[in-house]
Amino acid sequence: MAVELKSRIPAGPLPEKWDRHRFEMKLVNPANKRKYTVIVVGSGLAGGAAAATLSELGYNVRCYCYQDSPRRAHSIAAQGGINAAKNYQNDGDSIQRLFYDTIKGGDFRSREGNVYRLAQISVNIIDQCVAQGVPFAREYGGLLANRSFGGAQVSRTFYARGQTGQQLLLGAYQALEKEIHRGGVKMFPRTEMLDLIVVNGRARGIVVRDEVTGKIEPHLADAVVLATGGYGNVFYLSTNAKGCNATAIWRAHKRGAAFANPCFTQIHPTCIPVAGEHQSKLTLMSESLRNDGRVWVPKRKEDAGKSPLDVPEQDRDYYLERKYPSFGNLSPRDIASRAAKEVCDEGRGVGPGGRGVYLDFADAIKRLGENAIRERYGNLFEMYQRITDENPYKVPMRIYPAVHYTMGGLWVDYNLMSNIPGLHVAGEANFSDHGANRLGASALMQGLADGYFVLPNTLGDYLGSTKLEPVNVDDAAVKSAVAEVAERTRRLLAVKGKRTVASFHRELGRIMWEYCGMARSAEGLRKALELIPALRAEFWRDVMVPGEGADLNQTLEHAGRVADFLELGELMCRDALHREESCGGHFRVEHQTPDGEAKRDDEHFAYVAAWEYAGEGQAPILNKEPLVYENIKLSQRSYK
Amino acid sequence: MQLTLKVWRQPGPNAEGGLQEYQATDISPDMSFLEMLDVVNEKLIERGEVPIAFDHDCREGICGSCGMMINGVAHGPMKGTATCQLHMRSFKDGDTVVIEPWRARAFPVIKDLVVNRGALDRIVAAGGYISVSTGGAKDANSIPVPKVDADRSMDAAACIGCGACVAACPNGSASLFTSAKLSHLGLLPQGQPERYRRALKMVAQMDIESFGGCTLFGECQEACPKEISIDFISRMNRDFLVASVRAQADSARSGGDG
Repeated sequence: MAVELKSRIPAGPLPEKWDRHRFEMKLVNPANKRKYTVIVVGSGLAGGAAAATLSELGYNVRCYCYQDSPRRAHSIAAQGGINAAKNYQNDGDSIQRLFYDTIKGGDFRSREGNVYRLAQISVNIIDQCVAQGVPFAREYGGLLANRSFGGAQVSRTFYARGQTGQQLLLGAYQALEKEIHRGGVKMFPRTEMLDLIVVNGRARGIVVRDEVTGKIEPHLADAVVLATGGYGNVFYLSTNAKGCNATAIWRAHKRGAAFANPCFTQIHPTCIPVAGEHQSKLTLMSESLRNDGRVWVPKRKEDAGKSPLDVPEQDRDYYLERKYPSFGNLSPRDIASRAAKEVCDEGRGVGPGGRGVYLDFADAIKRLGENAIRERYGNLFEMYQRITDENPYKVPMRIYPAVHYTMGGLWVDYNLMSNIPGLHVAGEANFSDHGANRLGASALMQGLADGYFVLPNTLGDYLGSTKLEPVNVDDAAVKSAVAEVAERTRRLLAVKGKRTVASFHRELGRIMWEYCGMARSAEGLRKALELIPALRAEFWRDVMVPGEGADLNQTLEHAGRVADFLELGELMCRDALHREESCGGHFRVEHQTPDGEAKRDDEHFAYVAAWEYAGEGQAPILNKEPLVYENIKLSQRSYK
Repeated sequence: MQLTLKVWRQPGPNAEGGLQEYQATDISPDMSFLEMLDVVNEKLIERGEVPIAFDHDCREGICGSCGMMINGVAHGPMKGTATCQLHMRSFKDGDTVVIEPWRARAFPVIKDLVVNRGALDRIVAAGGYISVSTGGAKDANSIPVPKVDADRSMDAAACIGCGACVAACPNGSASLFTSAKLSHLGLLPQGQPERYRRALKMVAQMDIESFGGCTLFGECQEACPKEISIDFISRMNRDFLVASVRAQADSARSGGDG
């Protein structure tokens, strides 16, 4: 049975859609709001902002996070900044330009209506955050400072040193704590969602496990919001936090929610290279560094082993400046990553294993002085030195691409509701705004737009226009969901095999990186589609989860997440295999232009691929939502 | 490298705990401290033993999840560095390393090195915010903030809420944490309307949570992975004093409570 994919983009001219929609939406009167309970899973920028704002409006909110405090969600690690079309710099920015840059940056695989709304709301986000006390960087006159990010020729990125995500999240967290104190939000830290409860076709709750006591129980509500982040950890090594996982969205998918564009993953060009087998995660070096750093490798292979200081200027290849003169070092992430892979494949990569390129600040230090650079990026330079034991003020940084973000996610309509009524999805967990590649400083923008401004409106429309039957914990659907979670937990503990969870995770990661990473081929993807099910079978036969289920058991938590990654990874490869084109972060080696750029096929693939779960051992069903462009002319992306 | 670890193991909140010895072998100096513990844990799991529980998440020094006493020092020997960013090159082959959880009355142990830091959230909930609801904020540039104030506010706002300051303090005081939040907001024009009320409420919550008082040892500043300055505590004390005097005057004017 095909799912129905109604995007519900409002009619009318692009700039009027959101206003018109807000007017047409049903409202819930203030006295009735407190009669509704809304579950928000995740407390990052999207979840934290949504939970706080829904509570301010008067709803009863229950918010869940797996960390010990909502302040630790991985939004906190975002470094560089947040985009907004304020045009404070008077450099030609506008809502239209941010909209266009985002659609183009996403390689024309996102919805016009959603992206335009995002650009419109970007302006309000900065106002809101400043009112909350987010200490953005300032000029001496007291006004807000901006910097540039990849894929844009204007300066529209607001920032708080290299800790913008932290400061924005603390803003949302403080608003959340304010509402917790007032009694509008009940917070459940160290609590993991392990299933979605669907009653009569509507999302009515979740099954959670208390990580401290191991207790598994249902929590019921009138609507559910998933703001649980992306699935980059399917690759094992990524810039995500260790706990980041896909379990919430994957469980919802298995309950009927369509999963859109799972193969659209972002490899970030500037991360600290892998140091050895023990590596447990990768650390990003903010894209903002490309404002002042120049990326290069030696022109000749023979120089790759030399100290960078011994390679004279004329023997260096500033390949981004050479290939993309108008955007240069600020080319979009997918393009910069692929270019790095290319030069390393040619044998010109630097550092251990030849998987690295230089990001060099010598020119900027000469031009602006070391102090100016320290002021802009001091904390990033320190972090680099702490990890690598090298001083980036003296020798160029070594960087290499790493998995960073997932554009794919649960399919949602314009209201951010999935195809399961009542199940809303926000932030990185949904697929909505970034197409096949996200521009830098746009994730924070989307998370906060969804949480502060979109969901608080659209959720009211759902509740105001829907008649909900009462549900209780004795309903068959609730009981069976709880029983299934308990059984799965029991099974994970019962295998008592020989291999550690981490070893399975690492092996899955290697398969995904090799065959579904920066360059993908039909042959490689077919191979991955054989390897992953075999690994999954071995996991359930031979995994070792010590301890028991009735207390804090971090291995058990990890095992459940890896079990889900082992299923999701397969869907990603299937999606990548079916999409016979290259676009954004999805690069199929069979589909490239003569100069090695991504070659889209708009005639056949200008659609959202929304996969539907068809049952254990069954091939998932592909549903398509055509992408209709009324305002933008599709063109080959050029940053030359 | 090879190290001997003495790790605090405690199966649950009410169980008795103790130090247990483990050998950490095949350790590379390029590993982070937590990666070293990963290696030890994988070996334990392979033998079917329960691994050492510790909180961690981002592993890039910003989420504030991790933290342990390493040879008696919160976050270990490297100044301005959270445990996850501490690398094994800070140790020598053959070293013995004692690893314990944060020790503070307000942070009960959940298991092994994992403690409950919920008290810090409740201090923020008591007043660590600017009470504005979403929507209706005026244009961001209509509130100019002098650069020095914004920078200083950011210095305080850099706190990651790890709790090292509490663990390092002989009194188990949360003054550095609380003062950092009060200063972050109190240094900005947006934070002025609630400045004194905020100081009263957050300080009161600190006491409720059974954190100790501050006697300006300065250990907190030494342990802080973000090197937040103890000067903020002086600022908190001043605001608290002004707030208390004002509150007394207000209550005298209005003839007592109500």
